[in-house]
Amino acid sequence: MQKPYAITLNVGSSLANHTGSWRVEHPEYVHRMPPCNKACPAGENVQNWLYIAEDGSYEQAWRELIKENPFPAIMGRVCYHPCQTACNRSFLDEAVGINSVERFLGDHALEKGWKIDPPQTETGLAVLVIGAGPAGLSAAYHLRRMGHQVVVRDATHQPGGMMRYGIPKYRLPREVLDAEINRIKDMGVVFQLNTRVDDVHDALEEGFDAVFMAIGAQLSKRTYIPAGESARILDAIKVLHGFEDGENPLLGRKVVVYGGGNTAMDVARTAKRLGAEEAIIVYRRTRDKAPANDQEIEEALEEGILIKWLSTVKYKGEDDMMIEKMELDEKGFPQPTGEFETLEADSLILALGQEVDFSLLGNNVDLDTKSGVMDVDSNMMTSHPGIFAGGDMVEGDRTVTTSIGHGKKAAKYIDAWLRQTQVEPKIDKEPVSFEELNTWYYTDAPHAVRERLDATKRLNDFSEVVQGLDETTALYEARRCMSCGNCFECDNCFGVCPDNAIKKLGPGLGFEIDLDYCKGCGICVSECPASAIEMVSDL
Amino acid sequence: MSTTQVKFYQVGSFAVGNRLLRDDERSVQSDPDRTNALTSGHRACQGCGEALGARYALDAAMRATNDQLIAVNATGCLEVFSTPYPESSWRVAWLHSLFGNAPAVATGVAAALKAKGNTTTRVVAQGGDGATVDIGLGPLSGMFERNDDVLYICYDNEAYMNTGVQRSGATPPAARTATTQAVGANPGNLFGQGKYLPKIAMAHDIPYVATATIADLRDLEAKVERAMSMRGARYLHVLVPCPLGWGSASADTIKIARLATQSGLFPVFEAVNGEVVASSKIRHRVPVDEYLKLQARYSHLFSPQRNDQVIDHLQRIADKNIERYELIISEGE
Amino acid sequence: MLRQVEGSKAVADAVAACQPEVICAYPISPQTHIVEGLSQLVKDGTLPNCEFINVESEFAAMSVAIGASATGARTYTATASQGLLYMVEAVYNASGLGLPIVMTVANRAIGGPINIWNDHSDSMSQRDSGWLQLYAENNQEAVDLHIQAFRIAEEMSMPVMVCMDGFILTHAYEQVDIPTTDEVKAFLPPFVPRQHLDPAEPVSIGAMVGPESFMEVKYLAHQRMIDSAAKVQEVAKDFEAHFGRKTGGLLRSYRTDGAETIVLALGSIIGTLKDVVDELNLDGKSIGVVGLTSFRPFPYEAVAAALKGAKRVIILEKAFSTGTGGIVTQDVARAIEGMGIKDFTVIAGLGGRPITIASLRNYLTNAMAENVERLTFLDLEIDTVEVEINKERALR
Repeated sequence: MQKPYAITLNVGSSLANHTGSWRVEHPEYVHRMPPCNKACPAGENVQNWLYIAEDGSYEQAWRELIKENPFPAIMGRVCYHPCQTACNRSFLDEAVGINSVERFLGDHALEKGWKIDPPQTETGLAVLVIGAGPAGLSAAYHLRRMGHQVVVRDATHQPGGMMRYGIPKYRLPREVLDAEINRIKDMGVVFQLNTRVDDVHDALEEGFDAVFMAIGAQLSKRTYIPAGESARILDAIKVLHGFEDGENPLLGRKVVVYGGGNTAMDVARTAKRLGAEEAIIVYRRTRDKAPANDQEIEEALEEGILIKWLSTVKYKGEDDMMIEKMELDEKGFPQPTGEFETLEADSLILALGQEVDFSLLGNNVDLDTKSGVMDVDSNMMTSHPGIFAGGDMVEGDRTVTTSIGHGKKAAKYIDAWLRQTQVEPKIDKEPVSFEELNTWYYTDAPHAVRERLDATKRLNDFSEVVQGLDETTALYEARRCMSCGNCFECDNCFGVCPDNAIKKLGPGLGFEIDLDYCKGCGICVSECPASAIEMVSDL
Repeated sequence: MSTTQVKFYQVGSFAVGNRLLRDDERSVQSDPDRTNALTSGHRACQGCGEALGARYALDAAMRATNDQLIAVNATGCLEVFSTPYPESSWRVAWLHSLFGNAPAVATGVAAALKAKGNTTTRVVAQGGDGATVDIGLGPLSGMFERNDDVLYICYDNEAYMNTGVQRSGATPPAARTATTQAVGANPGNLFGQGKYLPKIAMAHDIPYVATATIADLRDLEAKVERAMSMRGARYLHVLVPCPLGWGSASADTIKIARLATQSGLFPVFEAVNGEVVASSKIRHRVPVDEYLKLQARYSHLFSPQRNDQVIDHLQRIADKNIERYELIISEGE
Repeated sequence: MLRQVEGSKAVADAVAACQPEVICAYPISPQTHIVEGLSQLVKDGTLPNCEFINVESEFAAMSVAIGASATGARTYTATASQGLLYMVEAVYNASGLGLPIVMTVANRAIGGPINIWNDHSDSMSQRDSGWLQLYAENNQEAVDLHIQAFRIAEEMSMPVMVCMDGFILTHAYEQVDIPTTDEVKAFLPPFVPRQHLDPAEPVSIGAMVGPESFMEVKYLAHQRMIDSAAKVQEVAKDFEAHFGRKTGGLLRSYRTDGAETIVLALGSIIGTLKDVVDELNLDGKSIGVVGLTSFRPFPYEAVAAALKGAKRVIILEKAFSTGTGGIVTQDVARAIEGMGIKDFTVIAGLGGRPITIASLRNYLTNAMAENVERLTFLDLEIDTVEVEINKERALR
C-alpha cells in the first residue's frame, strides 16, 4: 500500500511521542499498612494471608500466617480479633470474618497434617524459655525457626499456660491446643514440664546464652471481703486450673462470681456447666466498662448467666451474700448508694484481676519491676543483660494474642542480641482509612455468620460453642477483604489509563507504570479500590 | 442487563478484571493482548475521558469482530489529538474525512464492503457530541433511515471541546461554556428543549440504541459486543467527561461519569427497535449536587451561595430520568 | 452500439458499463435522469455487485463516495449547481485525500436567484478544488468522457468531474454509441487503489497536517494536476485505439489553420460555434474554433499551440467572475502571453439564455473587426439594465 505524503500514516506511529514529558507527578505502587495488620497484637500479615487464601491456596496461606503466629487454630477460637474491629469493611457492610478464616486455616492444617520443618541450620546457641504459656511457646517457636536450641521449662505438668488453665474447654478444645503445641515440639523444642525455675541466673550459668521469662500473672488479686466462718470464697484462677487438672470443685447450686473480666465470664460459664443451677456475675461498673470481651458477655447472657452491673460484694455468709448497689457520679465513677440486696450463694468466686507472682523467680532481686510487672525496655530485655521477659508478666494487654506477639518480638531481639546484630527498626506506618479506598468496586456482602451451638445444648457439655466455617463460606469471607493498601491485581489501573501507560506484567507480578507516556493524570490512583497507588512529585 | 453477574464479593462485576476470574469472565480491557486501538503517545489532555471511551469501545469492537474493523472518525478532539502528522495513535484501519459527515462516510465504507461481497469486515463511525448532534445530524438521520450497517458511537463531552469549549446542542442546561458564559441574569447554558440523541435514534426504530459511560466498563463493552452481533444501523451514546472543558480534576474523570449515572442525570439504558428494553439500576443514589460541585463549569451554581432554583430544576430532571427509565428498583420489586 | 437515447440515459448506461461498485446520489435538476437510470440498472440486476445509496443530501453523497472510494470501491455520483455547492467541503476533501471518484456535473446556474437552467457557474466555482474538469461537447463525448474519466482518475488517484450542459445535453436525444460492459472492461482495468482501508493492513487516512508540511502537500497536488494533462491525452489516445473515435483529450481545433480569429469555448456551444464559423467562412471570413475539453488541468501549451498565428481570440464563456469578467479568459490570457494575440471575452447563455446562431454571427462579425468591448454580455437587455443601474446609483 502506498502512503501518500502526509495524508496516510502508519499505525501506532504516535509511540514516537513520549508524552511522559508533560507531567509534574507520577503514580507509584505502594504497600500501605492495612488496619488489620496494624491492629494485630501478634503482628500477623493478615491482608497477605487472606490474599493467598482467596484462590484456594490454603497451605500457602497457612504457611504465610504461621511465619508470625504458630497458633491459628487457637486464635480462631480465643482471639478477640482487634483486626476485625479495625477492619475497613465494617464501614461498607460488615467487617471481614478474619478470625473465622484464621480458624478455618488452622483447622484445615491440622486436618491435613501439614508440618513445620525444623530449621535447616543450627546456630549452636541455646535459649531457655521459662513458662509454657502463649508468650513462651511463641518465643520458643520463633527462636527455633531461627536455628537456636530451645528448652521450655514450666512448673505445671502440661504446656499451654492460660490457654489451658484459664480458658475452658468449650472455648478451646484440648485436642486443638495439644496439636498446635505438639507441632512446636516436633520442631525440636525441648519441653521440661513439672520443672520450677527458682533462680534465673543459674540458667545463664547452666549454659544458656539467653533467657526468656514468660511466667504470666498467676496470682489472683485479693480484696478484703467480710465473711462468715464457713463461707466458701474461691479464687477463679485456681478453680479453672483445678478443673483442668481433673478436680471437680464443689461450687454448690448457686454460684456468684465477682469481677467483670474474661476470667469472670469463663468461670461463671464453667460453673454452669458443672451443674450450678444459677451463676450470677457481680461487677462494680457498667457493661461498657467491663474488661471482658463483649462477645463473651453476650455468650454468657445467652447461657442464662445473670449479671448484676454496678454492684459490689459487702458480705459473704454460708449460703448467702449481700451486695451493694452502685451508681455513677458525674465523673463516671461508681459510688455506693447505700442500697443492699441479698442473694442466695453457695460459693463466691473472686475474679478481680491477676498479678505477677515474682516469688517464683526466687532470688532475682536485680531485675527491675514497675507497677507490679517486670520492667523491660523496647527490646523486651530486663535490666539484666541476656534476660528477656514478655507476656502477662510485663506491661501490656493480657490476652493470648498479645502474649504471642510478645514472644515473637522477644525472639527477634534475643536473636539479634545473641548474634550481636541489630533489629531493623519498624517504621510506624499510618493504616489505610476507609475514606482512602474506592469502595464502589466492592459489592455489598455481609459477614458470613459462624454457627453457635444452641444455648441450652451448650450448658450440658464442654463441646465447642462456636463452630467454624466450611470451606465455601471461609472462601467467601476471605474474598470480602478489600486488600487495603495492597494491590490485589484487579486490573483497574491497567484498564483506566487513557494513555495506555500501564503495563501488566503477568499473574502475581503486578503492574508497571510506563513513564515514557504517563501524563500524571491520577485516574489510576483515584480508581484503585485498595488505595495501593500514590502520586509522587516529579519536580 | 447485559453485564456479567459475578458471584464474587471482593471485586467482580465492577472492576476491570481480577486475578481470581477466568479470562472469559474478565473485561476486554483486562487482557494484556487487547488491541489498544488508541495507543500511547496521543495528545489528549491528562485524564481525557474521550481517549478512554474510544479505546474501550474500539477494543471491544475489535474483539467482537475478530479484528475485522474499519473506523471512521469525525473532526474533533479525538481525531485531532490522535493524528497530528506524522503521528497516528490508531492501531485500526481508520479514516477521517470532515466534521459533519462521519455517518455518511461510514455508510460509504459499508456499501463498498457489501458491493465487494465482504460480510466479515464491520464498520464503526465515531464522533463527538457536536459532530453527532448538530452538524452531522442530517447524515446521521440518513444513515438511520436507510438502516446502513454501521455502529455509530457518539462520545458526548457536552460541548465543542476541540475548538475551545463552545456550546453544542448537547450542552446541558446551566453549564458554562465559552459561548454560554457564567454571567448576567441567566449564567450558563439555557434551559432549552435539549437535543437528546438517544431518543432521536430510537424514533428511527433502528435495531439498537444504548447509552453508556466510561465509569462502567463492563457495561460499555457488553453493549459494543451486543451491537456488533447485530446488523443495520446501531447507535451508542457514551458520556465522556472532559477535565478541561468541565473544569474538573484530571483524576476525577471516571468518578464524575459515575456520579452522572448515580444522580440520574445520565440514564444508562438499552433500546431495541425503538423500545427501551433494559436500564442500569442506580446502586448508590446521590443528589445532583454531588455531581455538579466537582465541575467548575457549574461553580456559578454554588457561589456565592447555592442557587436553589437552578439546582432544584436539575434535580427534577434527574428525578424524571429515574422515573422514566426505571433506574431505581423500588420496594416490592 | 448505436442508440437514439436521451443524453442522461446514455451517460447512465456508460457509467454502468464501467461497473462502479458504489453509486450514491441526491436528486437535483437536471441530473435526475442519470441517477434514475442508474438506480434502475442496479435494481433490475443489469449492474450487479453495486450498491446504490439514496442519500439525504449532496454533502452526504460526496461523503458516502469518499468512504466507499477509500475502501477501494469504484465510486460514482452526480450533481449540479446548488448541490455541488452544498458538497464543496467534501469535494475538497475527496481531492485532498486523492480518491478517484468520478462525478457528473450537469452544468446549471448557481442561485440566488434560483435558476435551474444551464450555464457553467457551478463547475467553474470548483476550478481550484483539485478535481479534473472535462467538458463534453455532445452526448457521444459525454458517454466517452465518463469511461475515460474512471481510468484517468484511478491512474492518477485524483477525482474527475465530467461536465455536461444541463438540459441541453442531458435531456437531448442524440444518436450515440454506448460501449458494452465487455468493451469497457478491455479498456478500463479493475480499480487498484493506491491506499485503502483494510483491517489486514491498517493505516490512518486523513491526518491533520500542520504548517510545517501543508505547503508540500499542496505543492504535490499542484504538480499532480499539471502532470495529469499528459494522462488525459494518453487515455484519449488509448480510447481512440479501442473505440475508433477521437473524443476527450485536451482540446480540438476546427478550421483554425490560418485563421485570423479563433473562438474558444467549452461544452455544447462548440457545436453551435462550428455552424456559425462554417457560415462565416463561406462569407470569406477567416475564423476558427478551439473547443476546450480539459479545463482542469488547463492545457497551457496546447492552447498556445492551437492559437498560434491568430490575431485575436474570442473566449466565449458561460460563467464569469462577478465584477471582474471572464474566468477561462484568465487562463487563456496566461497561455498566450507575449504571443501578440488580442483577447476578447463574451459572456453568453447565463441561466440557460439561448445562444442563437444569429446572435453569434452578429457578435463575431463585430469581434473580427475588433469592434467590440473587451468584455461583452451577449444579447443583454440594455434598456432594462440601464434603468436599474441608474435607479440603484441614485439611491446610494
